Amino acid sequence: MSENCEFKYTDYKNDLRVRWCPGCGDHAILNAVQKAMASLGVEPHNVAVISGIGCSSRFPYYMNTYGFHTIHGRASAVASGVKVANPNLHVWQITGDGDALAIGGNHFIHLIRRNIDINVILFNNQIYGLTKGQYSPTSKRGFISKTSPFGTVEDPFRPGQLALGARSQFFARTIDKEIKLSVAVMEEAAKHRGASIVEVLQNCVIYNDNTHEAITDKKHKADRTIILKHGEKMIFGAEKNKGLVMDEDHNLKAVTIGEAGYTLEDILVHDAESYHVSMHRKLSNMEYPELPVALGVIRSVKGVSYDESVNDQLEQIQAQTSVHTFEELVNSGDVWEVK
Amino acid sequence: MLPLLALKEIHIGFNPLKFAKHMARSSKIIERDEVVVRFSGDSGDGMQLSGSLFSNASAIFGNDISTFPDYPAEIRAPQGTIGGVSGFQVHLGRTEVYTPGDYADVLVAMNPAALKANGKWVKHGGTIIMDVDSFDEKGMRKAGYVSDDPIVEDKLGDYNIIKAPITALTKESLKDMGLDNKSILRSKNMYALGLVYWLFDRPLEHTNKYIKKKFAKNPAIVEANLKVLKEGFDYGVIIQAVTPSYHINPASIKPGKYRNLNGNTAVAWGLIAAAQKANLELFLGSYPITPATEIMQELSARKDLGVKVFQAEDEIAGICTAIGASFAGDMAVTSTSGPGLALKGEAIGLAVIAELPLVIVNVQRGGPSTGLPTKTEQSDLMQALHGRNGESPCVVMAASSPINCFEYAFYAAKIAVEHMTPVILLTDGFLANGTQPWRIPDLKDYPEIKAVRPTVAGKDWLPYMRDPETLVRSWVKLGTPDYMHRIGGLEKDEESGAVSYDAQNHEKMVQTRADKIKKIEDFIPEQDILGHADSDLLVVGWGGTFGHLYTAVEELYSESKIKVALAHFNYINPLPKNTYDVLKGYKKIVVCELNMGQFANHLRMTFPEIPYLQYNKVQGLPFTVVELKAHFTKLLEE
Repeated sequence: MSENCEFKYTDYKNDLRVRWCPGCGDHAILNAVQKAMASLGVEPHNVAVISGIGCSSRFPYYMNTYGFHTIHGRASAVASGVKVANPNLHVWQITGDGDALAIGGNHFIHLIRRNIDINVILFNNQIYGLTKGQYSPTSKRGFISKTSPFGTVEDPFRPGQLALGARSQFFARTIDKEIKLSVAVMEEAAKHRGASIVEVLQNCVIYNDNTHEAITDKKHKADRTIILKHGEKMIFGAEKNKGLVMDEDHNLKAVTIGEAGYTLEDILVHDAESYHVSMHRKLSNMEYPELPVALGVIRSVKGVSYDESVNDQLEQIQAQTSVHTFEELVNSGDVWEVK
Repeated sequence: MLPLLALKEIHIGFNPLKFAKHMARSSKIIERDEVVVRFSGDSGDGMQLSGSLFSNASAIFGNDISTFPDYPAEIRAPQGTIGGVSGFQVHLGRTEVYTPGDYADVLVAMNPAALKANGKWVKHGGTIIMDVDSFDEKGMRKAGYVSDDPIVEDKLGDYNIIKAPITALTKESLKDMGLDNKSILRSKNMYALGLVYWLFDRPLEHTNKYIKKKFAKNPAIVEANLKVLKEGFDYGVIIQAVTPSYHINPASIKPGKYRNLNGNTAVAWGLIAAAQKANLELFLGSYPITPATEIMQELSARKDLGVKVFQAEDEIAGICTAIGASFAGDMAVTSTSGPGLALKGEAIGLAVIAELPLVIVNVQRGGPSTGLPTKTEQSDLMQALHGRNGESPCVVMAASSPINCFEYAFYAAKIAVEHMTPVILLTDGFLANGTQPWRIPDLKDYPEIKAVRPTVAGKDWLPYMRDPETLVRSWVKLGTPDYMHRIGGLEKDEESGAVSYDAQNHEKMVQTRADKIKKIEDFIPEQDILGHADSDLLVVGWGGTFGHLYTAVEELYSESKIKVALAHFNYINPLPKNTYDVLKGYKKIVVCELNMGQFANHLRMTFPEIPYLQYNKVQGLPFTVVELKAHFTKLLEE
């Protein structure tokens, strides 16, 4: 990644008319991704954007980069192939809650486990939009939709917990309309070597409007979310007077500084780079109204990516081997000559 | 043809080794053009190793060979039972051999179960070597014998039975070497092997060399194996007065360097050769599945040649990673067997509509569902041709011998890259595990493979512009400046590749994709006719049955002057251009397949005016030459 920012976000736009519904959260996410790329200074021809199927998966068509709109659920696998074939590319996967967590669940967890250097942008709107409104694996229990007219009787995945369970080394969360936060988070995700999962709380204006409104609404956002920053105290609230502490059962608790004996000293510091996952799991699981919803980079642990390891191994073996060509291969072992 | 010889049982009640040096070689030698030997024992008895060492020694001696292993699907089936019998068959000849043989001339049976399972596969009057030490009460019952005499019970009285106390003699031979009992018993197979070497008068040098290399880290094991192998051979010298041995002259073989190769390794190497010719990196995305796994294992070991292997989480991810690698610019491959091909169907459609090069190797096994994983069948043909949604044509081709898996893998990759299409290469369990001597080729004799690259500047280029002759679009390596483009599974505008729902455009694109595949007929060889083209009967086959069909056709003429023509297909879609001319004009056409008639139906759909007879077998087993000859004779007589 070059340091100089010689690109504008418009360099990543093409002239295709964007066909998402007016007011859809996807527009803002597209904008944020393009801004993040410009800020990173990645040349458009070194970017590959891979998607599956769903509203969000139309994304690659709107990018002036290489792009592949694949089949339902398989974007993680296709993206993995792209990255391993050419590790110099910056590979982004665009996916939704149905694409990544239902039909593509297996590929999603294995992409994370392998730690392939791909930036996964997971649009979570808790609904199947392109098929016009069925519940998804992130829809809350009891959710009423066309395929659950009496409410669902199943619990949703928490994408963060799922990713961390699959040994995710990078997990972050943002909100579609918070473009500034999204750009910052996506830049971090891109810089991370390995699989980076960014969950974007995205609004489907047609089939699940306002699903995240309780926390994303301007009036309440500051009190119902917390933006985590590595190395800083976990403080939130419109008055910046609330914070997270650990209670006697080792659960997170939101307190008000200056009340019930809590001081600034008591507020926990966010350590995104800790290898231990338990605090990250607690943070990613926080739900309103019990606790504020965590935004920003929740976990970012340095490690070796799969694609780096593949290349290291190839180089190492090629340095040691006595077989360097096809001819040497077929002539090695049990060979005899007929004269 | 069969030797009606010395129908004796030989009992040795003394230590034969003491007498070995004083006896000269027997004059009772059977001259044969070809012979089939089957090694069989418990799955832990080392029969695969004995079989392949004997095969290699015979090939080095100058015989043509064809081998086939037959082992249980269970890794450790119960010891001593029929289910746990592992076999290895080799056919050797002074002329070319095309199959591992139907029935054995010589059977090595290391235990009662091996005899029980394989006795019926020995030619009448053939030779059976049995380790008498294992034929005790317990062993006999486990194998399902009800009497105490397997020879009588299995009606083997007319066979030449060598009852050798292999276990006892191996123990005796190694008793002073300080080996544990397990290691001693493991050397039994070398004793049996030595005896077979005597039977065919094969030199021990090459095998000695192999043993020294293989067990180099364990000198005691090397010494034990060499000693036992030699003493097995000497045992033959002792019994030779009463036992016939075989003599098979070397074949006249084209000079060159040779090695034995099985179909799976041949596929892997053909792909490596193709990638080298195309100057592309080779990527395999795959998931282990019997009987295709060995392709993946061989390519995994080829990191030395820069091969990238991605062991995916499932069959779908296997092909999807390959599609990603192809999009990025690698020569991409996925390997599988029937159930895996079913899972890959949707993704193959993606490669069809995106028009990306991809090789899908399908090693067929018995189906449906899990079916018969270790057995062979040709029942995935319709799946390969049609097992996808929509109008989704791709190239389907089939290898027809273990070693020509190399050629067809090479050409599958060449067609995929030069015509921007998925190619399904069909092999089968029989080809995958069978071996033949392979004359090591010079890659200079193989054609170039040229990726189709854009011929215009990026600003003027569109991803679905086509060569007007071949209808092939061009392929851009990701990372190339100025050629950024988006592709996908949605229908696309005929040139720009942008999403298009236009009715006329869709029909045109469907037709164009079909025409593109059809045009490949200009780039593949015409279909030839083997045997006797002037016969009234044309035998039609495809894929892995070639050896049996060809041998049947050849033998009918050499034995009975019966003329039969054979058209054996390697290209299924598109069919060779002259296929209709090949098929027309015969009084009878019989399509022989290891399925219920899938190729016959493909031909019926393509050339409905021609009448086809069928000869089908669905037992998880190859045809036998014997049954084919009988059937063809009957068809000519009717």
